[in-house]
Amino acid sequence: MRCGDFKGTYIKDEEIFQSLFVKFCLGMFMLFLLVFPFAADAYMLYIANMIGFAVIGAVGLNLLTGFTGQISLGHAAFVGVGAYTSAILVTRLGFSFWLSIPFAGLVAALAGMIIGIPSLRVKGLYLCIATLAAQFIFEFIFIHWESMTKGITGINIPHPRIGSLEFITEKEFYWITLFFVVLGVGYARNLVRSRMGRAFVAIRDRDLSAEIIGINLFRYKLSAFAISSFYAGVAGALWVTFLKVVTPDHFPFILSIQYLAMIIVGGLGSVLGSIFGAVFITLTPELLNYLSEIVKMYAPGHEEIFVPMKEVIFGLLIVLFLIFEPRGLAEIWNRIKNFFRLWPFSY
Amino acid sequence: MDILLQIIVTGLATGGLYGLIALGFVLIYKATSVLNLAMGEFMTLGAFVCFTALTQIKAPFYLALILTLASAVVLGIIVERLILRPLIGEPVISVIMVTIGLGVILKGVMYMIWTPSFRNFPQIFPPEPLNLNFAVVPSGLWWGFVFAIIGTIIFLLIFKFSRTGVAMRATANDQQAALSMGISVRWVFALAWCFGAMASVIGGIVIGNISGISVYMGDIGLKVLAVIILGGLDSIGGAILGGFIIAILENLTGLYIDPLIGGGAKDVAPFLILVLIIMIRPYGLFGKEIIERV
Repeated sequence: MRCGDFKGTYIKDEEIFQSLFVKFCLGMFMLFLLVFPFAADAYMLYIANMIGFAVIGAVGLNLLTGFTGQISLGHAAFVGVGAYTSAILVTRLGFSFWLSIPFAGLVAALAGMIIGIPSLRVKGLYLCIATLAAQFIFEFIFIHWESMTKGITGINIPHPRIGSLEFITEKEFYWITLFFVVLGVGYARNLVRSRMGRAFVAIRDRDLSAEIIGINLFRYKLSAFAISSFYAGVAGALWVTFLKVVTPDHFPFILSIQYLAMIIVGGLGSVLGSIFGAVFITLTPELLNYLSEIVKMYAPGHEEIFVPMKEVIFGLLIVLFLIFEPRGLAEIWNRIKNFFRLWPFSY
Repeated sequence: MDILLQIIVTGLATGGLYGLIALGFVLIYKATSVLNLAMGEFMTLGAFVCFTALTQIKAPFYLALILTLASAVVLGIIVERLILRPLIGEPVISVIMVTIGLGVILKGVMYMIWTPSFRNFPQIFPPEPLNLNFAVVPSGLWWGFVFAIIGTIIFLLIFKFSRTGVAMRATANDQQAALSMGISVRWVFALAWCFGAMASVIGGIVIGNISGISVYMGDIGLKVLAVIILGGLDSIGGAILGGFIIAILENLTGLYIDPLIGGGAKDVAPFLILVLIIMIRPYGLFGKEIIERV
């Protein structure tokens, strides 16, 4: 009988699917994701899409903040850069949506590398403030570079298509989102167990020590910024194409905080955690909406309380998780999993 | 030429205010190594408490001020005890995010209590502007400047000469040494939060008086980050000097750059300056340069 989680080789330890049971669960989950759109209504599919975009963005931010330890308060800015790149390429230069996605990622990655430059010199608090400043500078650019971004009126984006196949409804867009989510999560999960991923973790744990054992800080810190922003850019491009319009209002500072909240609630330094966090943070306001509907039904006039309530609960989630479960939902999930794996004889 | 002088004088007056809020940041950072990003919400809360005291219970201004300062003390102690103390020794991201989370909570709570509508502050300062012959300072700004300077001087005196102030400086210098000399570091942490909160609520009252209050006025707190980075995160003198420099630069951008690009440059200028300083001289003008060893 198993009484612990033992592994004989390092290769075994690095495996993504560590047991047959995990493979089975994941297979079932994929099946669920494939069947889901046929059972769900438009609203649920809308939420599913939103969760998808959040997952891509959160995984990207977790690579930077959770794995490499570089705090970014400007993730929304990169989401915005990707969104605007895609929108401008599609509407002005006649790119197809599909071609605009990698370009959105690349331009966002470039922006991320520029913002990442201070990270070579400063870290921790100062980097945090530098990225915060970047957020406001990009917001300013989105609003005031009117010849490109059309300012606060925004840009209308046509829906994507392949040949005669058009992606208009939530259900049709769901497939695009699912494709990119699976691609992004798969890449991230593999990245963190590669040479680069190990370098990231070494930099997070102690950058000076990492440099001494031969990790090129310049290269890896900037790569972390670039990859993270690439994810953000793709998430942004998908998101605004889904919404069919992009305005500067889509990328406020609070969006950056939301992404950070996702990876904190989910678990820093865990790809699975970013997914949990993205789902959790996206669903919470929807749940509150639902509650406010109920309150409206039974006690009309009191439902306005739910508008600020969302903010309070969002803030409380951040604070409570940081104080009581700093390793997030991923850790809770692990505990539950281990409990059952070794049940009833855990030593 | 006249307009330039006017801009500089206005900038100086605004700078005093920035300096006061920056002082709130620095007081907390120096003692506890926490950068409190909820400072803007502290300010807003102070403004609202003072506003309510003035309009609801019709208190005279000095009473409202005392009430506001008392609420700042309570806020400081609660925040330090409940939220920051469990996080001592945690990584920077946890500490930063917890203050952001706190800011979001405070904003939500204020929204619940005072609703998001915009309000004008009751007249507490004499309305006549100050005429300096070569420039005119609006009343709110002038009195704000006076308040900010008085507040700053009081904090400086406490810090320099009182027993508590010396204890705070000792803690900022070396926590372990301070502990072994019989200073209660916990008490100093709580005190630092109280002082920081007090500085920011005074700032809140003054800003509320100049431009009216709403739940969203806290955003100015982020602008002040440029001030403390320029002055050096742990330098009180730097905070004050930085306040003047940033405010004047901001006003000059408003004068010269805004017409070129069609407005808005004034709001983004502090952040551009911020990035420049971080790139060139991250520890600011007077900040302590950190030398790191493995």
